Amino acid sequence: MKRLLSLLAAAGILAGTAAQADVTLLNVSYDPTRELYADLGKAFAAEYKADKVTLNTSNGGSGAQARAVIDGLQADVLTLALAADIDAVSKNAGLLPADWQKRLPENSTPYTSTIVFLVRKGNPWHIKDWNDLVKPGIQVVTPNPKTSGGARWAYLAAWASAEKAPGGNAEKAKAFVANLYKHVPVLDTGARGSTVTFTKRGIGDVLLDWENEAQLAQKESPGQYEVVYPTRSIQAEPPVAVVDKNVDRHKSRAAAEAFVKYLYTPAAQEIEAKNFYRPRNPEILAKYRSQFPNIPLATIDGDFGGWAKAQATHFGDGGVFDQIYQPGK
Amino acid sequence: MSKRFLNPTEDPLWLRLLLGAVAVGFIAVLLLLPLALVFKEAFANGVSAFWTAIVEPDALAAVKLSLIAAAIAVPFNTVFGIAAAWAVAKYDFPGKTVLVTLIDLPFSVSPVVAGLIYVLVFGMQGWFGPWLIDHDIHILFAVPGIVLATIFVTFPFVARELIPLMVDQGRDEEEAAATLGATGLQTFLRVTLPNIKWGLLYGILLCNARALGEFGAVSVVSGHIRGVTNTMPLHVQLLYDNYDYAGAFAVAALLAMLALLTLVLKSLLEWRYADELAASHRH
Repeated sequence: MKRLLSLLAAAGILAGTAAQADVTLLNVSYDPTRELYADLGKAFAAEYKADKVTLNTSNGGSGAQARAVIDGLQADVLTLALAADIDAVSKNAGLLPADWQKRLPENSTPYTSTIVFLVRKGNPWHIKDWNDLVKPGIQVVTPNPKTSGGARWAYLAAWASAEKAPGGNAEKAKAFVANLYKHVPVLDTGARGSTVTFTKRGIGDVLLDWENEAQLAQKESPGQYEVVYPTRSIQAEPPVAVVDKNVDRHKSRAAAEAFVKYLYTPAAQEIEAKNFYRPRNPEILAKYRSQFPNIPLATIDGDFGGWAKAQATHFGDGGVFDQIYQPGK
Repeated sequence: MSKRFLNPTEDPLWLRLLLGAVAVGFIAVLLLLPLALVFKEAFANGVSAFWTAIVEPDALAAVKLSLIAAAIAVPFNTVFGIAAAWAVAKYDFPGKTVLVTLIDLPFSVSPVVAGLIYVLVFGMQGWFGPWLIDHDIHILFAVPGIVLATIFVTFPFVARELIPLMVDQGRDEEEAAATLGATGLQTFLRVTLPNIKWGLLYGILLCNARALGEFGAVSVVSGHIRGVTNTMPLHVQLLYDNYDYAGAFAVAALLAMLALLTLVLKSLLEWRYADELAASHRH
């Protein structure tokens, strides 16, 4: 009997050490990553052995998601469209340090993307480059730069393309972007909203959006759309960060940190490439090269002086976007 | 030419037909057609595809959350509605009109504003947010916030249904009961409740339908965590945006079915108890 009890006790101890704790991570992300993080969450849960991890994801316009986290949405991990939105969480709620972007490799951006055009089958308006977007009668669908991260990248891509074109300068770039937004009939709040406007509602001649979003739309409706790469665009960097104060409160730091590091592993980079995000890993990028045409890309740090400056100059209240955009005109 | 007032039933035939056609036309185009389309899309890939979309874990979680929110909001607003209607109808007190106006507030305030009010009160930058988080109490972006928002928008339904009814019935019967020595509870159960039961039932059914269907206020406080804080209407939008049109329409159809069930229940009760209703439901 005594022996049986001690056996049971030993079994209990073994079970106790082997049992994984249940950890739920909340990933607050931007609009188009729904499919990506569904896949990454499953893959990470299978890979990570220390705990039994469930990854919950909330998707929405990048700026709106940052706002929700500032208001108390309990994000363990932020995967937003651009650094300025994570900066906002750091600045307004103090949930992570100001230098968060230095904590992970490659500006804390495990994958990148760019801004491309999606046109209807056969490209009836022969849209090849940025200047074609402002031809008379062309309607461009793109989300609102005030709320959407992808839209801010799109705006900056348009700006950089005009500035870097032969004979281009800042003044011409401003005029071009002002002209471009005169061709936008609807400004949705998020990237996915714009995609649905263009595809399901059939509004507009060209969708100006994330490369991953355009390629996904093409995959969802084969043969109906074509992705057009302009001569130049922008390197869009959607960064990731662990939300320090929240993971400490939830005691989920180990799993959260393992998750953001996992995003850089070959297995995760492969999943990202399959979901049309450009992986950082050079070998995996090379493997999927045909999917990601090599075009000259402006960068936020090199061409716009970083997000803090770009955000204030272009998208702050009274900034350039406010000056050039007049709804309905 | 003699001038006299026309009885409505004496209007020319063409006018009556026209009015009837306009009414039926509007209902058909604005209500029935979209509803039929929802069901058509939901069952486009057959019943089994519909069922698969409904028993998907995130969809089930959304159904469960909506039912929980309604299961808390409806009894709460029922008790409140009876209490408020009782106070307004049976007593005179200063500020009575203010109370009646306040009850109507959720009808006039946009649900988005209602949601933002809770963000201001319970958000991290709001009054109680930091204290609540320090004590590990989650209201905003969690189930309690969704329940609160649902209570807010469905607040007036029962009270609004009962107040005119109880005011109309006056307080004679309750006073008679009191003179005969009945306690407050006895008076309520034996005199008041039988008089108001139909109005009460209407209020509860309407309250329930709205609680299940609320989108705006709940959207603001939800946080949109898939499988955790998405109610049925929020899940419909999520699925739609995820290119999962079949799933979106399946959940939408389920939501519509719950609403139709409410209407059917209401009609059945009306039909079964038509006489009793005519006697008690005087407004």
